[in-house]
Amino acid sequence: MSAWFGLAWVCVLMAVAVFALLNGRAQNSSAAVYGACFLISFVGLLAALIHLISGAPESEIVLPLGLPWIGAHFRVDALTAFFLAVVNLGGAAACLYAIGYARHEAEPQRSTPFVPAFLAGMNLVVLAGDAFSFLFAWEFMSLSSWALVMAHHREEGVARAGYVYIVMASFGTLALLLAFGLLAGPQGDYAFAAIRAHQASPLRAGFILALALAGAGSKAGLVPLHVWLPLAHPAAPSHVSALMSGVMTKVAVYGFIRIVFDLLGPPQWWQGLPILAIGGGSAVLGVLYAMMQTDLKRVLAYSTIENIGLIFVGLGLALAFEANGFRTAAALALTAALFHVLNHAFFKSLLFFGAGAVLVATGEREMDRLGGLIRRMPVTSFVFLIGCMAISALPPLNGFASEWLAFQAILLSPQLPQWGLKLLVPAVGALLALSAALAAACFVRVYGIVFLGRPRFAAAKGAEEVDQWSLAAMASLAALCVIAGVLPGLVIDGLAPVAQALVGARMPAQASLPWLSIAPIAESRSSYNGLLVFAFIAMSASLAAYVIHRFASRALRRAPAWDCGYPDASPLTQYSAEGFAQPIRRVFGTFVFRASERIDMPAPGETRPARIDVTLHDLAWELIYAPIALAVSFVAERLNRIQYLTIRIYLSLVFFSLVFLLLALAVWP
Amino acid sequence: MAVILDLVVQNAQMLLVLLLAPLLTGFVRKAKARLQRRRGPSLLQPYRDLLRLSRKETVLAEESSWLFRVIPYLIFAATWVAASLVPTFAAGLMFNWSADLIAIIALLGSARFFLALAGMDVGTSFGGLGSSREMMIATLAEPATIMIVFTLALLAGSTQLSQVAAFMLSPAVGLRVSLGLALVALVMVAIAENGRIPIDNPATHLELTMVHEAMLLEYSGRHLAVIELAASLKLLLYLSLIACVFLPWGQAQPGAGPAAQLAGVGAYIGKLAVGGLFLAWFETSIAKMRVFRVSDFLGAALMLGLLGTLLLFVSRSL
Amino acid sequence: MGHLEFDVAHLFAGGLVLVSFMLLYQDRLYALLNVFALQAVVLALSVSWQAYVQGAPHLYVTAAIALFFKAIIVPMALHRIIARLGVHREVENVVSTGPTMLAGMGLVALSMVVMLRVTSAAVPLAREDLAFALSVVLLGLLMMVTRNNAVSQIVGFMSLENGLILAATGAKGMPLVVEISVAFSVLIAFIVIGTLLFRIRERFDTIDAEALDRFRGGRR
Repeated sequence: MSAWFGLAWVCVLMAVAVFALLNGRAQNSSAAVYGACFLISFVGLLAALIHLISGAPESEIVLPLGLPWIGAHFRVDALTAFFLAVVNLGGAAACLYAIGYARHEAEPQRSTPFVPAFLAGMNLVVLAGDAFSFLFAWEFMSLSSWALVMAHHREEGVARAGYVYIVMASFGTLALLLAFGLLAGPQGDYAFAAIRAHQASPLRAGFILALALAGAGSKAGLVPLHVWLPLAHPAAPSHVSALMSGVMTKVAVYGFIRIVFDLLGPPQWWQGLPILAIGGGSAVLGVLYAMMQTDLKRVLAYSTIENIGLIFVGLGLALAFEANGFRTAAALALTAALFHVLNHAFFKSLLFFGAGAVLVATGEREMDRLGGLIRRMPVTSFVFLIGCMAISALPPLNGFASEWLAFQAILLSPQLPQWGLKLLVPAVGALLALSAALAAACFVRVYGIVFLGRPRFAAAKGAEEVDQWSLAAMASLAALCVIAGVLPGLVIDGLAPVAQALVGARMPAQASLPWLSIAPIAESRSSYNGLLVFAFIAMSASLAAYVIHRFASRALRRAPAWDCGYPDASPLTQYSAEGFAQPIRRVFGTFVFRASERIDMPAPGETRPARIDVTLHDLAWELIYAPIALAVSFVAERLNRIQYLTIRIYLSLVFFSLVFLLLALAVWP
Repeated sequence: MAVILDLVVQNAQMLLVLLLAPLLTGFVRKAKARLQRRRGPSLLQPYRDLLRLSRKETVLAEESSWLFRVIPYLIFAATWVAASLVPTFAAGLMFNWSADLIAIIALLGSARFFLALAGMDVGTSFGGLGSSREMMIATLAEPATIMIVFTLALLAGSTQLSQVAAFMLSPAVGLRVSLGLALVALVMVAIAENGRIPIDNPATHLELTMVHEAMLLEYSGRHLAVIELAASLKLLLYLSLIACVFLPWGQAQPGAGPAAQLAGVGAYIGKLAVGGLFLAWFETSIAKMRVFRVSDFLGAALMLGLLGTLLLFVSRSL
Repeated sequence: MGHLEFDVAHLFAGGLVLVSFMLLYQDRLYALLNVFALQAVVLALSVSWQAYVQGAPHLYVTAAIALFFKAIIVPMALHRIIARLGVHREVENVVSTGPTMLAGMGLVALSMVVMLRVTSAAVPLAREDLAFALSVVLLGLLMMVTRNNAVSQIVGFMSLENGLILAATGAKGMPLVVEISVAFSVLIAFIVIGTLLFRIRERFDTIDAEALDRFRGGRR
C-alpha cells in the first residue's frame, strides 16, 4: 500500500461526508452512507493488513498543500499501517453496526455527515508525515468528533460535555503544537524526516515528553486529564461512543508513540518514570471510578481510562528498557502495549455497541432500571458476555494475552540498573494486578445488573433484540476477541515489524513454536498457550456435562426462587449497582474518593423510609480543575474592563504592541 | 514411548486430583471435628454427598436463564484445568508449558467470574450479596497472588510452575526472606480464596455472614454436585500449589519409572494430609472476621507479597 | 563469608522487618505486646547469630539483654500496666491499617534504596543489615505517628530502638559499654513513660495521647 492509496481513501470518505451533508434529510440516506463507509473502511483495513504482513517498504509523498515551504507530507510505515488497521477496523465495525442503528435516531442528519469526516480525520492523523498536517488532521478529528458529541444537544448534560470536551481538546492541541515547535527547533524543520535527523538536548527532550504526555494523554484520557472523557464519550450516539473510546484514544496513543519513540530520538531512562507512574495510576483510578458509576455508558468510558493506563504502562516499560539497551525486553513491552491497543479496540467497541443495543431496546442507560435482558436479548447478551470476559482479562480471551505479556515484561525489569525504576516497576505491577481484579469486579457488576436477574422496570421487561446489522457487527468483534485470545501468536508476529522499526528488535517468531504457544523472550522462561487452554476447558466442560447427563438424574423442575419466607419480593429488592459496589467503595473509597456514608434512620414509629446517602468526591476535578476554572474567571473579570474602551485606545493598544515587538526585534542579540 | 508415558502421567494426574479432592475436604472436616472433640462424619462423606446430589431432581428457579445451567460446568472445567496443571506427584507434566502460574491464577479468576454471575442470575438479594462480597475479596486476593507469583518468578527466572519447583529443589535457593513472605501471603490468600475461616465459613448458612454459599443458594441437584466438586478441587489446588512450590521434595522427576511415580503419589498424599491438618488446626483456633475486616487481612497479604517482590527487585544487585 | 551465614543473617534481619509489619497490623493491645516480645526474640536471635559469625562474644551479652529486658520484662510490665489501667483493648488508629501498611512499604523501599546506595563499599551482609535496620527504625517511627494510644506509642518507640541495635551489631565494633548504656537509657525512658502514663490516666481518665492536645485546647 502506498501513501497515495491512503490519501485516496481519505478523499473518498470526505466525498461521502459531503454527500451525506447534501442528502441529510433523504430517506435511507444514512443507511447508504454507513454502508459506503463500511466498505471503504473494510478495504482500508485489508490494505493496511497486507502492508503490515507483507513488510512492504515505507512510502512517502509530498503534496504542495499546507505551509508553502514544507508541503504536506504523507507517509506509510509499519507503525502507520498497524494504526490504520486499528482505525479502519473500528470504523468498519461501527459503520456496520450503525446501518441499522441509525434508524432509531430522531435526527440522523445531525450525526451522519460527521462520521465519515471523523473517520477521514483519524486516518489522516495516522498518515500525516509532517507536523503541520498532523496538527491539522488532529484538530479536524477533534472538531468532527465534537460535532458528534453534540448530536443530541438537547439532552441534559450534553452541552456541558461538549463544552468541557472542546476546552480540553484545544488544550491538547496547544500542548502538541508546542511539542512540535520544540521538536522542530530553531531551524523550523516540520517534516518528520527532518525532525528525526537532529537530536534534542535532554532538557528539551524532557519538555517535549511532558507536552506530548499532556497533549496525547488528554486525548487518550490519562488521569488527571481524563475529565472530559467520561462526559463526552457517553453523550455521543453509541456507535460514535465506540469510535471515540475504541479508536480515537488509539489515535492519541499513536501520536504519543510517534513523538516519543520515533521523533524524539534515543530515550533517557527517566523518561519511563512519569509514563509508568501516570499509566499505573490511570489504570487503577479509571476502574475505581468505573465501579462507582451507575450509567452503563459512563462505566464503559471510565474503563477506557483504565485500559489506556495499561497501554501507557507498556509504553513506559518499553522506553525504560530501550534506554538501557535491553532491546528484546523493550520489544516485549511495546508488543504488549500494542496488542492491548488492538484488544481494547475490539472489546470496547463491542461493549459500547452492546450498550447502544440496550439503549435502543429499552431507552435506558441507568443500570438500576434494567435487568433480566438475557432472556429478552439473547444474542446481544451472549456477545456482551464475551466482551465482559475479554475486558476482565480472563483466559483464554484476548485481554488476558496482552496482560500476560505485560506481566512478563515487568518480570524482566529487575535487570534495569536505575533505582527509581527498580522501585517503581514492582509497584506498577501491583497496580496492574489490582486493576485487572477490579475490572473483573466491575464487569461482573455490569453484566449481572443489566443482563441477569429480573427486570427492574417496565422498560427492561419489554425489550426486543436489535436488528441484524448491529448483531453482525457485535458478533464479528466477539469472534475477533476469541481468535486473538486463542491465537495470540499470530497477532504478536503481525506486530513484529512495528517493534522492529521502533525499538530495533522484535519478539521471537511465535508462529514456529509448537502447538502455537507464545513465549515472551525464550521458551524456557515461560510460555502460554491460548489454544490449548481453550481446548482443555472446552473438553473438560463437555466431558463433565456428558458424564453428568449420562449418569446423573436428569429430572428437572422449575420452581419459584427461595424467598426466605417473604413471598412476592419486588424486583427492586435485587442488589442494585450501587449496592454491589459498596464493599469495594468501603475498601478503596475513603482513600481515593473521600467517600462518606450518612445513614438517615427514622425514629421508631415514623413511617418514612430509612435512607443512606453516599458522597463521593472527584479529587481530580476538585483539586485541579476547579481552582483553574476559578482563576480563569477571576482573570476574566479583571480583564473585563478592556471591553469598554474607546476605539482610539484600542488602536493605541495595537500600535504600542507593534512598536514593542519591533523594539524587541531590534534589541535581540 | 516417552510421549505415551508423559500422556499417561498427565492423565493420571488429572484423575488423581479429581478423585482426591472430595477426600481432602472430608479429611479437613474430620480433623476439625476431632479437634473440637466431636466425632465428625466419615472421611467418605463428601463422595456420598456428591452421589446423593447427582441422583436428586434439580430444581431451577423460574427466573434463571440458560447461563445459570451452563455455569456449573464452566466453573468445574476452569478449576479442573487449573488443578491439573499444578505438578502434584510428578514434575514436568506434559502440558505444563501450556499455562504458567499467571494463567492458573487467571483460570481461577474465570471460575470466580462465572460463579459471581451465577449468584446474580436469579435476582435474589442473597445472590447479589454473595457476588458483591466475593468480588471484593477477589480484588485484594488476586493482586496478592500475582505478587507472590512475581516473587517466585524473579527467583526462579520463570513463571512456569515446573521450573519454579525445579529451582526450589536446587541448592541455589538458600534461605530467603522473600520466600518466607511469599509463603505467609500464599497461605493467607489460600484461606481467603477457599472461603475458610476467618474469611468465610464453609459450614454456615447464617445469612449475614455467607459469601460463597450465598452465591450457590439457588443451585440444587447435579448442578450443586458439580460446583461442590469444583470447590473441593480448588482447595486441593491451593494445597498442591503450596506443596509444589515450598515442599517440592519427593516429586517424581520426568522420565522416572513407575516405582518413583508411586513414591511421588505417596509423598503427595502425605503433604496434603499435613496441609489439611494445619488448615483444620488453624480454623479451629481462630474466630471468623467481620466482612470489612477482610480487607485488612488480605491487604496484609498483598503488602507481604509486594514486600517480597520489592526485596527481590532491590537486592538483586547484591 | 559463606552462603549459609549470609542467608541466616538475611533471614533474621528480614524477619525483624516482617515482625515490624505485624506490629503495624495488630490492633489489639495484648496481641501487640506479644508481637513485640516476638520481635525482641527475633532480634536476640539475629544479634547472637552476628556474634557467632563475627566471633564477637560481647554481642552475646547484647542478645541476652535484648532477650531478657525486651522479650520478658517490658512486655510483662506493659501487660500489668494495661491490666491496672483497665484501658480499651483495641487500639484506635489515626490512619487506618491499609494506608499505614502502604506507607510502611514505601518506607522499606526508601530505606533499602538509600542504604544500598550509600554503603556500596561495605560487605553485602552489613549493607543488608543496615538497610533492614533503617526500615525497622522508620516503621517504629511510623507506628508512633499513626497511633493515638500511649501504650502502642511506647511499643513503637521500643521497636525503633530494636532497629538501632540491629544497625549497631551489623556495623561491627560498637563497644559493649555504649550498648549497655543505650539499653539502660531506654529502660529509664520506659520507666518514665510508664509513670507518666499513670499520671495522664489519673488526670484525664484515658491514655489516649490526643487527650493532652484537648487539654492544651484554647492555646492553639
